[in-house]
Amino acid sequence: MSSEWPLWEIFIRGQHGLNHRHVGSLHAPDAEMAIRNARDVYTRRNEGVSIWVVRSNDITASSPSEKGPLFDPSNSKVYRHPTFFDIPEEIGHM
Amino acid sequence: MYAQLVKSEGSKSREEMTPEELSFQDRIDRGEKVEPKEWMPEGYRKTLIRQIGQHAHSEIVGQLPEGNWITRAPTLERKAILLAKVQDEAGHGLYLYSAAETLGVSRDELMEKLHSGNMKYSSIFNYPTLTWADMGAVGWLVDGAAIMNQVPLQRTSYGPYSRAMIRICKEESFHQRQGYDIMMKMCAGTPEQKAMAQDALNRFWYPALMMFGPSDKDSIHSAQSMAWKIKMNTNDELRQKFVDQTVPQAKYLGLTVPDENLVWNEEKGGHDFSEPDWSEFFAVIAGNGPCNAERLGARVKAWDDGAWFREGLMAHADKAAARRIAAE
Ligand SMILES: [Fe+2]
Ligand SMILES: [Fe+2]
Repeated sequence: MSSEWPLWEIFIRGQHGLNHRHVGSLHAPDAEMAIRNARDVYTRRNEGVSIWVVRSNDITASSPSEKGPLFDPSNSKVYRHPTFFDIPEEIGHM
Repeated sequence: MYAQLVKSEGSKSREEMTPEELSFQDRIDRGEKVEPKEWMPEGYRKTLIRQIGQHAHSEIVGQLPEGNWITRAPTLERKAILLAKVQDEAGHGLYLYSAAETLGVSRDELMEKLHSGNMKYSSIFNYPTLTWADMGAVGWLVDGAAIMNQVPLQRTSYGPYSRAMIRICKEESFHQRQGYDIMMKMCAGTPEQKAMAQDALNRFWYPALMMFGPSDKDSIHSAQSMAWKIKMNTNDELRQKFVDQTVPQAKYLGLTVPDENLVWNEEKGGHDFSEPDWSEFFAVIAGNGPCNAERLGARVKAWDDGAWFREGLMAHADKAAARRIAAE
């Protein structure tokens, strides 16, 4: 039995200047092949102008059980949103 | 469907569920997505591996009947289109294998299970593609039936599966249209060409209906899968939708659906139609269809013949990595 090619996470930046976005993963022996394979697997319809590949093993992810402590604190800070403030209509756009 | 007769593990009443299982089910009922590292019942995980794996295998094995015609397509344009379509199916298989792997199964394990016959692929791909018109019928009917099943699965509860389905559905309508386009061309051609189109419809109609699997309205497996939202509709619902959608399309082509009992039923707002021969379906699933040995043989051969290549690339990558470390 051969050793399996490592898993890579694929990030693609599209035409419109947005950030690279995670699109999926694939197996490849090395980074160069991962990029070639990513082109075939994830950009067959002009989806991208740039590809990043990262070894899945090199990604550190927040753990699902930390969801509460990590993200709940931002719930109570509604003043971070502009709609929190009432600005009189005569002021115009702000 | 692409995943037929998937046995689901579990099926517990709310009273029998542990607190963890209850809150899991509540999340699903609220429409939340389940992500890879989150807690999930073992049955949910196992059933999903079975279903996504079978779906992936179907995409990959599904390349073979169409691959058969790439070198014999009637024009260069048709050849390029068919090649692109078959390449898409490889992509679909890869998206789905990746989704399955997030559940803790390895790619090699999935391959091994396909090759040893421990995991199945859709029964439809065990039928031969005898003429060019079959490329039309496959795109129109087989991809059409697949779409019917895949569109609702975009809303499935497991995040990676849902995302794979969304990608696949985006690509899939091209497949059905190119098939129907072939059928239109042939039906507008010579009487011989039209007869080929009719013959293809005759051969693929019932196998396409079988893709949805036997009636599961009383199946506990299906009930569990539907509660978990990894199955969105019953097999009969989808089959009915498929027939209702396809009949007018056949009519437009001037082709006859090979079913004497096919009739519009005003009361139910759908067609009445004949069930396929389910004994044939079970024979094909059990490995006794017209092309089972050939299809699986082709997959195993490709895997075995490619071993030196996979190993070679890995050895090269390891050496290059060692050189880089030495140079640092
Ligand atoms: Fe597909
Ligand atoms: Fe397809």
